Amino acid sequence: MSAAAAPSVRARRVLPGFRLTLGTTVLYLSVIVLIPIIALVLKGAGIGPGRFWDMVTAPRTLASFRITIVAAAIATTINAVYGLLMAWVLVRYEFPGKRLLDALMDIPFALPTAVAGLSLTALYSANGWFGALLDPLGLQVVYSLGGIVLAMSFTSIPFVVRAVQPVLEELDPAYEQAAATLGAGSWTTFRRVVFPAIMPAWLGGVSTSFARSLGEFGAVVFIAGNLPFQTEVASLLAYIRIEEYDYEGAAAIALVLMVLALVVLLASNIVQFRATRHGGRSL
Amino acid sequence: MTIEIAQMYKSFGRTEVLRGIDLTVANGELVALLGPSGSGKTTLLKIIAGLDWPDRGGLAFDGQDWLQLSPQDRRIGFVFQNYALFPQMTVRDNIAFGLTVRPRGERPAKAQIASRVNELLGFLQIDALGDRYPAQLSGGQRQRVALGRALAIEPTVLLLDEPFGALDAAVRRDLRRWLRGVHDAMGTTTIFVTHDQEEAFELADRVVVMNHGRIEQIGNAATIHDAPATPFIADFMGATIHLPVAVREGRIGGAGIDAAHLPTADLPNGPAQLFVRPEDLLPIPDPSGPWSVSSVTNTGSQLRLILSDASGTEIPADLRRRSPGAQGLTPGVRVHLRPEAGSVFPAETV
Ligand SMILES: Nc1ncnc2c1ncn2[C@@H]1O[C@H](COP(=O)(O)OP(=O)(O)OP(=O)(O)O)[C@@H](O)[C@H]1O
Ligand SMILES: [Mg+2]
Repeated sequence: MSAAAAPSVRARRVLPGFRLTLGTTVLYLSVIVLIPIIALVLKGAGIGPGRFWDMVTAPRTLASFRITIVAAAIATTINAVYGLLMAWVLVRYEFPGKRLLDALMDIPFALPTAVAGLSLTALYSANGWFGALLDPLGLQVVYSLGGIVLAMSFTSIPFVVRAVQPVLEELDPAYEQAAATLGAGSWTTFRRVVFPAIMPAWLGGVSTSFARSLGEFGAVVFIAGNLPFQTEVASLLAYIRIEEYDYEGAAAIALVLMVLALVVLLASNIVQFRATRHGGRSL
Repeated sequence: MTIEIAQMYKSFGRTEVLRGIDLTVANGELVALLGPSGSGKTTLLKIIAGLDWPDRGGLAFDGQDWLQLSPQDRRIGFVFQNYALFPQMTVRDNIAFGLTVRPRGERPAKAQIASRVNELLGFLQIDALGDRYPAQLSGGQRQRVALGRALAIEPTVLLLDEPFGALDAAVRRDLRRWLRGVHDAMGTTTIFVTHDQEEAFELADRVVVMNHGRIEQIGNAATIHDAPATPFIADFMGATIHLPVAVREGRIGGAGIDAAHLPTADLPNGPAQLFVRPEDLLPIPDPSGPWSVSSVTNTGSQLRLILSDASGTEIPADLRRRSPGAQGLTPGVRVHLRPEAGSVFPAETV
């Protein structure tokens, strides 16, 4: 048979249902995620650059951004360290109650954030369990930046733990054993062998934790005290604007928060991509 | 620089993995640990490296008690079965790793490390691969890098766990010769683990055969092949045909078995088992023989015969197709057996 006469072959996918599943995914993403974002962007764009600038640089708004970003940065730093530690403990050691601790890790996700905020407030207020101990030391958590940090950290720490945990579990012990035979102590092995392997996943968890903290509302409002210029976070200010029927003002604030979160996530993705380019692990 | 292992025992839970290992490896020797899966080879290697600890027993290196030393202080070159190259580091950084993690006082200067790495890259014939990442290498290349990384620290002992396990036959043969060359050039005392008899005998000065956590025999190809110390070794070395015989006055006899010419190693009178390889079993046409040829398969240079007796027992026999003995052996022909070589063990030990 000549080549010309041979029928051409259409490559077929092995997995069926590609179109259906892709279609559903795109539709779902559009309705749940994309359309609200576009609406937000359009609303923001409708304001006009001059007024938009005035809105987001108004002193009270600027202060709320500053408070939000500082608190989110502190909370994320805490989560970055403590979440990594938690994941390490949950993966590497056997101890009674490990399964329970592991299950407890999901509570911040499962609990309505408002409930989390209320219980944190109760615990840390001057006559709460923890507050009663801290108050005499002059440490006031409730109605301060500390309270905001606490609430943000509480609601977003599982992002770090759950991102690092599976990667750490999968890490072949042979890498660490190889490092040990080559003379590396445990700290050097962690720094040069283990951490680079889990870094992409860890960074992913950390940046998600930061993005989430930027927008945290429910848990924060109860514990923050919400004093303009002092403990008023940006998401709360947006909410206040809506209550004042100032939809444009709310949209402007939300847009800034969203862009901030996207920039952080994008930057982290770039770093992760670079780190996993050579066959290292990715999330 | 000898390694002495004495009466070493190790269990995981209720599984006894090492059951009294005694082994001395001389300076500069190349020793193979050979044995079936689960016989404890990897466990023994890990204990020598300090990655695992025995329940009981001694491990000394030049008289120094190694069980008191951490793996970091033993200066072992360990090549893992899956190589365990650090994926985020280039080949160069992988090889340099052991030098760069030395404490500040003992660490060579950067330039010195770089030149040592270059030297190794050349020695291992992977000059061109220095800037690649492990994911960009073939299995055989990874193997070389893993060895380079282990050699960079100038190890006191080199341990390799199935170094060629994941490679195809042609690459294995190449690397085998190459590894022997590396060993001869470096003179490092080396222990490697393998499943592959041919590999063990071709490469090693001495082969240690392990089974169920015990050393069954230590020797070279000739001694282990021709004088297996235990029934297990005989079977493991391919003598898979077990024939019931009897020893009387130093001679072996059995129904339809002409084995009087085989040495019996002073066995006592009584029932015994004769272990024979299919290629050492010569069927002799004999109308009154208890065996008959039930099938003949031609594989080109060889004939594989299946013989069966009245009870239905089947045994294989391999013959050179052009050998005179092969003529006239067609299905249905009755035969008796003449083993050209074999080992006899008293029946109660089998
Ligand atoms: N960490 C462990 N926990 C429990 N049992 C183990 C452990 N490591 C090894 N074993 C058991 O010890 C026995 C010997 O294992 P080992 O890895 O030493 O065998 P091996 O001779 O290297 O086998 P292979 O040729 O298959 O690699 C096996 O039965 C294995 O199941
Ligand atoms: Mg093994």
